[in-house]
Amino acid sequence: MRFQPGNGGIPVQNSEAVTVEHEAHNPALLHHFADAQQQKNAASLGMWLFLVTEIMFFGGMFCAYLVYRLNHFNAFAAGSQQLSILLGATNTAVLIISSVTVVLAVKAAEAGKRKVLVGYLVVTVLLGMTFLVIKGFEYREKFEKHLVPGPTFQFTDTFDDNGKQIPVNPKETELFFSLYFAMTGMHALHMIIGCGLFSVLAILAWKGHYTPGYYTPVENAGLYWHLVDIIWIYLFPLLYLISRHS
Amino acid sequence: MATIGIPANQAPVSAPKLNYLNNGHTLKSWLLTTDHKRIAILYLISVTFFFFIGGFFAMLIRLELLTPQGDLMQADTYNKVFTMHGMIMVFFFLIPVVPAVLGNFLVPLMIGAKDLAFPRINLLSWYLYIVGGVLMSHVMLTGGVDTGWTFYTPFSTDYTNTKIVEAGLAVFIAGFSSIFTGLNFIVTIHRMRAPGLTWDRLPLFIWANYATSLIMILGTPVVAITIVLVAVERLFHLGIFDPRLGGDPLLFQHLFWFYSHPAVYIMILPSMGVVSELIACSARKRIFGYKFVALSSVAIAVFGFLVWAHHMFVAGISLYAAMIFSFLSFSVGVPSAVKVFNWTATLYKGSISYATPMLYAFGFIGLFTMGGLTGLMLATIGIDVHVTDTYFVVAHFHYVMVGGVLMGYLGGLHFWWPKMTGRMYPEAWAKLSALLVFVGFNLTFFPQFILGYLGMPRRYWQYPPEFQTLNVMSTAGASILAAGYLLPMIYFVWSLRYGKIVTEPNPWAAAGLEWKTSSPPPTFNFDETPVVTWEAYNYDEIPAWERRHPGAK
Repeated sequence: MRFQPGNGGIPVQNSEAVTVEHEAHNPALLHHFADAQQQKNAASLGMWLFLVTEIMFFGGMFCAYLVYRLNHFNAFAAGSQQLSILLGATNTAVLIISSVTVVLAVKAAEAGKRKVLVGYLVVTVLLGMTFLVIKGFEYREKFEKHLVPGPTFQFTDTFDDNGKQIPVNPKETELFFSLYFAMTGMHALHMIIGCGLFSVLAILAWKGHYTPGYYTPVENAGLYWHLVDIIWIYLFPLLYLISRHS
Repeated sequence: MATIGIPANQAPVSAPKLNYLNNGHTLKSWLLTTDHKRIAILYLISVTFFFFIGGFFAMLIRLELLTPQGDLMQADTYNKVFTMHGMIMVFFFLIPVVPAVLGNFLVPLMIGAKDLAFPRINLLSWYLYIVGGVLMSHVMLTGGVDTGWTFYTPFSTDYTNTKIVEAGLAVFIAGFSSIFTGLNFIVTIHRMRAPGLTWDRLPLFIWANYATSLIMILGTPVVAITIVLVAVERLFHLGIFDPRLGGDPLLFQHLFWFYSHPAVYIMILPSMGVVSELIACSARKRIFGYKFVALSSVAIAVFGFLVWAHHMFVAGISLYAAMIFSFLSFSVGVPSAVKVFNWTATLYKGSISYATPMLYAFGFIGLFTMGGLTGLMLATIGIDVHVTDTYFVVAHFHYVMVGGVLMGYLGGLHFWWPKMTGRMYPEAWAKLSALLVFVGFNLTFFPQFILGYLGMPRRYWQYPPEFQTLNVMSTAGASILAAGYLLPMIYFVWSLRYGKIVTEPNPWAAAGLEWKTSSPPPTFNFDETPVVTWEAYNYDEIPAWERRHPGAK
């Protein structure tokens, strides 16, 4: 395998060594890969490893949440009552639909349907933004009810849905909301990054960067999006649902 | 395959061949390079810079401890000095040093690739390291941090008024540099190996870096989120680790050590890989028990994740948890001992050369064994309760992290210096430095074992007068050690201009693929992608160095 000429101005070592034996020129193929398949495999493995680091990153917070939920069960149950299942469930639905549009986008890229691809990418961004807006309304509600941790935090509503009194230390409920904001905030940050990522992809797709022979960025960004979705799929029951069975 | 791969005679020596060093001379061609070898050189410079900053703080510590009373500085300053020493040495020197310098340079060369899988991410990771380093320097120059490198809560979240958030951000950013390096290595080793280079033909340095990279990508995100939580708690007064708000400081310690204990293996594993290379080449033998040495790296990486709570035996964890973690900590000794025994077995009946790299490798085996055995003592709960937070612990981890890591790093740097620069270092001076480092190191840190056992606590700026003799010995040793570290810095720079030019690409007659291209290598490493048909360390098929240099001693 010879080095390809014209790879970003990097000179080739032996001037006589350049032969034009490489297969059909693929502008997306970087010089240090032997072929497109190797490049794609490398990018894909790299993305999966990155997702592993993301799981470990969120794993730290999930671990903290589970430990504290065990230690302060009543306070966490009472805090959980304050979250809106309706908004949370709506957001879950929005994200699941967005995952479907991501899959369709990848499929469109694979088939080389440029306009369809751009369409699905844009819809995905819009769904992501919908999620963020709904999340914003939820946050506003928490501000209004003084449920944001800090000096203004107040927690007096210690009754569950059936009107039963729950013995709760408000400080411990504040801890619940600390974790609620830390976890959903970090998730929202990932959603914002995802929306930015997909906007760039949409522009590049519109310009025709992706072909059936090269759409790795779409595929890998899709993996990222699915992971952020899955994290929400875990956050939703943990924060909103599992303490409500009483 | 009797004539395997010593293309020494074919290499054009006289004509100045285009290599990675003379391929572009502008500053831009360095700062925007995606060549893994140039990035390794960038790392070499920046890591050395931070090593000497951290070393400067170490000298301040040793100077202060020369006398029992506080005369150079008082408690507050001393707290900041040892904290900055720890943070800079751990996060900006020991963790990146071997993977980012030697690993970056050698991983693609050793597996016959043209570059790492993601050259631009590699460059990004250097820039992240620099941004983190600049931020840490800013913290250092504007007041420092006084929590110790461990950021323990609630001191870090509620009490100290030093720059925790900035220092945390610096560590966070440098952490991503480490994650990207690890990710790059794993993908490269999986996907970029030359044809024929199967897993059981990989050099042990590659195995070691692979295991290191696993820890980097699995552990670093956890400390990243932990530091984010500390910063958030400090900035917004959330009660995540604050017991008054229902939080649990122990949880912080668990999360912190979940990364920071495996981080020790991030430091030591690549050096172990280096030592495997040095020993095989210097003894002219295939490494004894190749598969065991290779898999012991992975085993250390895996076991390393299961032992973190041995840092917390006195912190209030349950006795049963402590027993389990004690047992698991002992189990790390098994793969570590496999390595040491197999190196020793490799040396047995080898024709050993005592060039500088091998001296460093010997130093590594000695110091690492000391560090490892005292580690087993510390894993024993009864002893640990007695010596927790004393100088015994300080001496133990310096034997592993400084004695081990730096010996491997310096040995590797000498060994691959002709590969990296095309010139030899001065052998006599280098042997002197190896000697100085070994003697100075033992004189510095062995007395600290005794001090710790006698009960001198760490992190105090003054001590009872009866500890002075041992402390003076330690400070004297530190001065010798400093000379031992400055010396290579001087003669390496000297050798760039005056060192003997390597007339053939493989001055050690070493077996690795990295020696089958010219020294220094061309930008894309190999003119032809090599095809590997031989096992690693096929030294029985390569004439010994002495035989090829009959005149040399």
